[in-house]
Amino acid sequence: MVKVKFFAALRERLNCAEIEVESQRNDTVAQIRERLVAQHPTWQHELLANEVLCAKNFTFTDVTATVQSGDELAFFPPVTGG
Amino acid sequence: MSINVRVQNADFCQAEEYLKLSNASNCGAVITFTGLVRELVDGDLQTLHLEHYPGMTEQVLEQLAQQAQQRFGVEQITIIHRVGSLKLNEQIVFVGVAAGHRKAGFAACMFVMDYLKTQAPFWKREVTSTDNYWVAAKESDRTAATRWADGTENRVAS
Repeated sequence: MVKVKFFAALRERLNCAEIEVESQRNDTVAQIRERLVAQHPTWQHELLANEVLCAKNFTFTDVTATVQSGDELAFFPPVTGG
Repeated sequence: MSINVRVQNADFCQAEEYLKLSNASNCGAVITFTGLVRELVDGDLQTLHLEHYPGMTEQVLEQLAQQAQQRFGVEQITIIHRVGSLKLNEQIVFVGVAAGHRKAGFAACMFVMDYLKTQAPFWKREVTSTDNYWVAAKESDRTAATRWADGTENRVAS
């Protein structure tokens, strides 16, 4: 299983802060994202938007990165701190 | 060389942070930056709410401080960022650098702030008397951070 978190505007639009997803060997971030969209078709537009950023285990990652069971993924909008 | 990173709801005291930085060894300059909650163009900000990604935020800030320390050879860096609900003119962020000389200190402080704005997972939500909305990321912030990566940080933005 992979834990997936959403933040800020994305969390509100999906109405979801955290969800667990089944992961398979050699899954990529993109494949986990596809599985989320398959389970929640209304998320497609928001989750696949170009501006959405992704982190794996607290570090920015590309969607081609592989994911292992126990990893934590996060999707969120561009950051606006400071 | 030391790094002090804090993400907190509570306010911070500049004087205390300055004293800690000024006691750093080999320190000939202390540079500090403090960001405050700014009024909106229409003058109607009620609250600024700051959300973050606990765990990642601290890690990103720690890495930024390490990069700045290595790149500019500064002695000590403090980064404090507040989260939660803030009012007009309250302090949001503090970056303090103790350096041997001022130029390295200023550069390290700018470097940390420019990257913090595009890399650290914080999100601002502005609440006015009639509305509330997430603040959009600015292209000018992205450009400022990019300039450190391509070596054009000293060029005046056009």
